[in-house]
Amino acid sequence: MALLLLLLLPVAGAAVLGVIGAHRRAPEVNALISVGTFLAACALTARVIHHGTVLLGDEQFFIDPFNVFLVALTAFVGMTTALFSRPYMRVELDHGRLSAGRLRLYHSMYQLFMFTMLLALTTNNMGLMWVAMEGATLSTVLLVTLYRTPGSLEAGWKYFILCGVGIAQALFGTILLYVAAGKVLGAQGMTALLWTHLDAVKSQLEPTVLALAFVFLLIGYGTKVGLVPLHSWLPDAHAEGPTPISAVLSGLLLNVALYAVVRSKVLVQGALHSQLPSQMLMGFGLLSVVLASLLLWRQRDIKRLFAYSSIEHMGIATFAFGMGGAIATFAALLHMTVHSLTKSSIFFTAGHAAQKAGSQAIEQIRGLITLSPTVGWGLMLGSLAILGVPPFGVFTSEFLILTTAMREQPWATPILLAALAVAFAAILSKVQPMVFGETTVRRLAHPPALLPVFAHLAIVLLLGVYIPPYLAEWYRAAAHLIGGP
Amino acid sequence: MNAVAWLTQGLEAVVALAAAPALLGWVNQCRAWLQNRRAPSLWQPYGTLRKLLHKEVLIAENASPLFRLAPYVTFGAMVLAAGIIPSMGTRLPLVASADAIALVGLFAAARMFMALAAMDVGTAFGTLGARREMMVGFLAEPALLMVILVASLTSSSTALPAITEALVSGHLGLSPSLAFSAVAFILVLLAENARIPVDNPATHLELTMIHEATLLEYSGRHLALMEWAAQLKLFNYVCIGFALFLPWGVAVGRIGPVGLLVAAPALALKLTAAGAGLALIETLSAKMRVMRIPEFLATAFLFAVLGLLVHVLLGA
Amino acid sequence: MTHLPLDQQLLDTCAALLLLLSFAMLSQRRIVTLVNLYALQGAVLAAATLLLAWRTGEDHLYLSAALTLALKVALLPWLLHRLIRRLDVYWDTEPLLNVTGTMLAGLVIVVFAFALAQPITRLASTATRSAVGIAVSVVLLAFLMMITRRKAMSQVIGFLSMENGVFFGAMSASYGMPMVVELGVALDVLVAVLVLGVFFFQIRERFESLDLHHLESLKEHD
Repeated sequence: MALLLLLLLPVAGAAVLGVIGAHRRAPEVNALISVGTFLAACALTARVIHHGTVLLGDEQFFIDPFNVFLVALTAFVGMTTALFSRPYMRVELDHGRLSAGRLRLYHSMYQLFMFTMLLALTTNNMGLMWVAMEGATLSTVLLVTLYRTPGSLEAGWKYFILCGVGIAQALFGTILLYVAAGKVLGAQGMTALLWTHLDAVKSQLEPTVLALAFVFLLIGYGTKVGLVPLHSWLPDAHAEGPTPISAVLSGLLLNVALYAVVRSKVLVQGALHSQLPSQMLMGFGLLSVVLASLLLWRQRDIKRLFAYSSIEHMGIATFAFGMGGAIATFAALLHMTVHSLTKSSIFFTAGHAAQKAGSQAIEQIRGLITLSPTVGWGLMLGSLAILGVPPFGVFTSEFLILTTAMREQPWATPILLAALAVAFAAILSKVQPMVFGETTVRRLAHPPALLPVFAHLAIVLLLGVYIPPYLAEWYRAAAHLIGGP
Repeated sequence: MNAVAWLTQGLEAVVALAAAPALLGWVNQCRAWLQNRRAPSLWQPYGTLRKLLHKEVLIAENASPLFRLAPYVTFGAMVLAAGIIPSMGTRLPLVASADAIALVGLFAAARMFMALAAMDVGTAFGTLGARREMMVGFLAEPALLMVILVASLTSSSTALPAITEALVSGHLGLSPSLAFSAVAFILVLLAENARIPVDNPATHLELTMIHEATLLEYSGRHLALMEWAAQLKLFNYVCIGFALFLPWGVAVGRIGPVGLLVAAPALALKLTAAGAGLALIETLSAKMRVMRIPEFLATAFLFAVLGLLVHVLLGA
Repeated sequence: MTHLPLDQQLLDTCAALLLLLSFAMLSQRRIVTLVNLYALQGAVLAAATLLLAWRTGEDHLYLSAALTLALKVALLPWLLHRLIRRLDVYWDTEPLLNVTGTMLAGLVIVVFAFALAQPITRLASTATRSAVGIAVSVVLLAFLMMITRRKAMSQVIGFLSMENGVFFGAMSASYGMPMVVELGVALDVLVAVLVLGVFFFQIRERFESLDLHHLESLKEHD
């Protein structure tokens, strides 16, 4: 029931907003639907906490500790982003960057995007997961090009083609999985693609075919995670799309794509007797961390800067999943959570900052703190949090990952540390003048919605200081599912 | 190796010698019809050959003996090749003596002599023609070998008679790999025999000519031999095509001179059809620029390799 | 010579034709012809699906053949032709690699694809499993085409051709995917092309012109 609500609300929302999305009160409707979705996610979470893993709808849906925490996170960030976009999109409308019709498209597609992500997370069917992931791309392409500027058209085109190609590879990987599973499960039909069934027989699946399938799946979904060298769509799409979309792309879509990669990895690792999947994840992860942190120096656009930071953090999480083992996986899950929260809050403040300055160029944004202390402090604290400064949760997860790496993969530790140091210097040196100093910004007609920013940062801070026992239990259960004991 | 077999072999070579000019005449006739021109007689090439044989031979002052030797070597190689190709029977002494790869080598030897002779006198056109001729050969040979390889995969032997016999006795069916290599072979045939779209045998336009440029310094019986060798080469290539892709009508097993009588009408029929097809291709296509020739031959190679890959993947 | 039943030979021929068409697309520089080749590829694919359906008696394959025919032979080429006319793009000039180079790269790719397909071929139990290598080749060749072309239209056609290859792979390795997934995929492809249509429309609106080179010039600066 909760699941039904969880999936139906966004679909209904997309339909309703498709009709009334241009109405004066549409942003409130959008936020309301997102709140409802979040409540449904809470109910679902409560159920999983009480009853453990559940299979629903003729085994087509499957909720375990791993995906339920992502469902809750997705619904939560979806809700706060909807709250944030309420004043933000109004300002954009006032500035004439949008027409009413495009606002309707925005609202409708936003809900559709939420639906595809939730579907990708909750489905038990690897094929359906693919369909949902492709749907997520398609629903956001038109959001990236919402402003119809030459830059946004280019970004949308790149996004469409790269992710389209990537996702085609993932489809091929899914087919290979189906072929291998059909051999063992013997069924021409639905069960051969159900993750739970595949998981049960994973040790009998043909290793070579699964290794091949994994390569295709990793390339496919890895494109969406933004792993280097498949990342080039990501900064463009983040910089050119509206800020709420940058926030959900970074905070949610990347997570969901990584979820797909990890699900595939669990299956393949079970079938293979080698370390190939782990090594591939570690390699891609490390490459992403290093390259992204170097590219951070060259960024002149505030949203591109943080987009590259997203690539870096996804690389860290991928690396941690690659290492495997209980602690690293635990840390990776924690990292996904805190990155998602921190990064979306940074995009919220960055969006407001850009609106106030009238430009996304870092050089044009100066002295935020004089005019709007809340936005300024939000950006500063968010940046510190994402850089892994101690009291915040990112510190905890990165610390865990680094210590595990020191034990398990000593060679990688100096590389990781160096990359993190480079990223630290790059981001801090660019954020500092934006927050302090002579101001260039002006006041806006609609007060910014800063509740989401500080709510996110507060949770991140909390997770850094104290992880509630039920949450820790939850992560541990998920880590057990993914990485073994 | 008895006398009857050698007699049959000799007869086959004579048939080839006699039919080669007629094949060219037929192609020219068809082309003329297709282009709404008055067709020359089918026997026109014989007339030309006879005229040239009676003319005086003029040789450049600085020509070396190689220049005089080349027409005989080229002509001899082509006659030998005609003997090796199983155009009418598969169990003949010469046919059994060499496989398809040796045959390609024989063609290459003839080409090399021709190119050397063309450069011998030291004129600009001769050198240019020789260079282009070698380029075409260099690109066409791998494709030809690849075609032969595909055909030999289906019969597990590189000997032409074995391939032919396997095809004749084999099951008639669709074979994508053979279809691909047949296309490749046709492209190679066009290039190797200086036909349109690679070369235009009817003109002496210095910008585009390839084959004709190598013959500019020859006259009299030397030129006759060279022309006859070119006609034999076309005949040989067509017969290789038959052996690889259309072997029906070739006598399988031991035959005597009488057996040739049975195989000859089938060969004549196939030659008629092939000549008409060749004329059609030549009429439909336009001469391409010399720098496009590598592309053309790369396509041939591509088709041959595709045939090979398809065979390996689908057949095995 | 191999002694295979007629329908098997026909299927093999279809597979070979698909491969040939992929190469033809790789070498083709006229965009209109490219669309026609794509439609032809769809037709061959539909024919192969139909043959397979008739042979195995799997009902859902009839449906997917019909789907292929409607979508990839009729609807998508029609949409693409319309787009070409309205956007006035007929030639894909200056590919990044010349044709001969592309072809040779394509051959290497096909060999690689065949090697890649070996384990799948060994595992699959379908009668058509030998065609998996061709499916992988079609996918990789389409990928090559997308890399070497500059024009947006050719990239889109490459993308669609890649989807054809994936579809053929699913068919030859396991007689297609479960119906739900297949429908979902078809829906996604259709939506993708519709989104693309909207996208091109936006470009036209934005630049007040039908010429795509605006997008190309954008692609170069970063």
